[in-house]
Amino acid sequence: MRALRRYPVLAALIVAAVLMVLPFLVVALNAVKSPAEYSANGPLSLPKGLYLDGIADFWERVDFGQKLINSVLISGSVAIGAAVLSVLNAYAIGIGRVKGRPWVLAFFVLANMLPQEALVYPVYYLSKEVGLYDTRLSVILVFIVIQAAFGTYLFSSVLGAFPREIVEAARIDGANKWQVLWRVVVPVSRPTIGVLLVFFFIWTWNEFLLPLVMLISNDNQTVSVALGVLQGQRLMDATMTNAAALLGVVPAVIFFLIFQRTLTRGIAAGAVK
Amino acid sequence: MSRQQREYPYTLFLIPGALAFLAVIVVPSLMNTGISFTHWQGVGTPEWAGLDNYRTLLDDDAFWESFRHSLAMVVAMAAIPTALGLVLAAGLFDFVGKHFGSRTASVLRACFYLPQVLPIAVAGIVWSWILAPEDGALNDLLKAVGLGSLRHDWLGDPDLALYSVMGVMVWVQLGFPLVVFMAGLQRVDPALYEAAELDGASWWRRFWHVTLPQIRPEISVVLLWCTIAALKVFGAVYVLTKGGPGGATNVPSYFSFQSFFETTQVGYGSAVSTVLTVIILALALVALRLQTRAEDQER
Repeated sequence: MRALRRYPVLAALIVAAVLMVLPFLVVALNAVKSPAEYSANGPLSLPKGLYLDGIADFWERVDFGQKLINSVLISGSVAIGAAVLSVLNAYAIGIGRVKGRPWVLAFFVLANMLPQEALVYPVYYLSKEVGLYDTRLSVILVFIVIQAAFGTYLFSSVLGAFPREIVEAARIDGANKWQVLWRVVVPVSRPTIGVLLVFFFIWTWNEFLLPLVMLISNDNQTVSVALGVLQGQRLMDATMTNAAALLGVVPAVIFFLIFQRTLTRGIAAGAVK
Repeated sequence: MSRQQREYPYTLFLIPGALAFLAVIVVPSLMNTGISFTHWQGVGTPEWAGLDNYRTLLDDDAFWESFRHSLAMVVAMAAIPTALGLVLAAGLFDFVGKHFGSRTASVLRACFYLPQVLPIAVAGIVWSWILAPEDGALNDLLKAVGLGSLRHDWLGDPDLALYSVMGVMVWVQLGFPLVVFMAGLQRVDPALYEAAELDGASWWRRFWHVTLPQIRPEISVVLLWCTIAALKVFGAVYVLTKGGPGGATNVPSYFSFQSFFETTQVGYGSAVSTVLTVIILALALVALRLQTRAEDQER
């Protein structure tokens, strides 16, 4: 009885999984069709050959290379900056056990939950005042803080369980707090910090509202914003839409493969609750 | 001991963080609340308005409608993905993981999780093309299988647009509960399942009476977390429908964005986002309480 039921369940789950990835497959299929082929045979036919001009056209039209550089630059800087800030905060909270620790932690969680709509106008206004509007730096600074709010929360609870003996031993050997942090705590916590870096990178890559408001000029826009704005203008034909979607999907899939491994490593290290 | 007393305190490590949070989070959010009590076009001096904006808000049908759509988003991003995620996670764990190897299970899990790492703008492009009325893939598919009469302007029909957006959000969100629940299921003591099996309990009974109670902490955290995400939805609406047609898919975050940057009623937009913030922070506090309680129970 039981053995007989396994296969229908497996089949149903496989069908569901295929439905989940189907949109990606259809997009890939149509991104390599010529506009003529698309209008003749519709979206469901198999492509007759590899037509890459649509992708190349789109790449050139939106200067996609520049968008990729902007996204990598912004997400990379945010990941590193937010990790450093999270480590400093969490060191004081998790190992230093500063006074009012639960309140400080609660503050960081709430800061992380805060809808960006409640920040966006003042951030937009203030950055204009100080001359940072429409710069990648402004977005980097804002997201370092927003991501560090989550990082501080997660890393504080990890460091709360950090073996005290190791810290004590280093202190007895004459290391000061700064040295203990960089020479003992950070090296030992490397797996958790790695997980944070990946999370921060992907989250920042996917951010939409604040970059949309802050990055007006073409040269500064991220992949997400450029694609979103183009879509909003409804200027693209079907093949170009698919080329755009494919170019947006590919980096995400690449990160996903890295992310899979890091996630398992993080769970193995007991980092992600 | 005397060495340690001379040394700087741990609080010093919090100073960069404190300054950064003051500049990027505290000051802007206080400003936003302040602006909500004024009439302001974004230029010149804001003019004090007291509770005017909030009074207008209460009478504004568009505002209430956007919050009703938020509830629809909660259904699409919290309720449905949690329910589906539970069944799928249990199926993957019980049937696939145990009989076909954990590798098969994790490949399938990856398929469900993939939309979660996709930028929402890209998901929006993919779906607005699939759901397009003229040359979209869904309408073409319906025609191909002889269901041509079911073709619709999925995102352009005011009666359908909200359901279409909800469908897309289920697709986007499903992977998150699934992954959390699968991790949670590994924690459940196998002896409980064996006992249920000896008692002759069917899979559904076991799912209902053993699995669900055992991963209740995960369920409540996921539900709250997804509810907060649902209240914040912006990118999907921006890319798929821009709140249209005729406000049929407008949500509070997009509503405040419109007030800020399209109609430049900055004071009004701030009032909308302040209300949204209060609701989200209240939910966040509940989530925090639940989590601390769950952690206390574990100890």
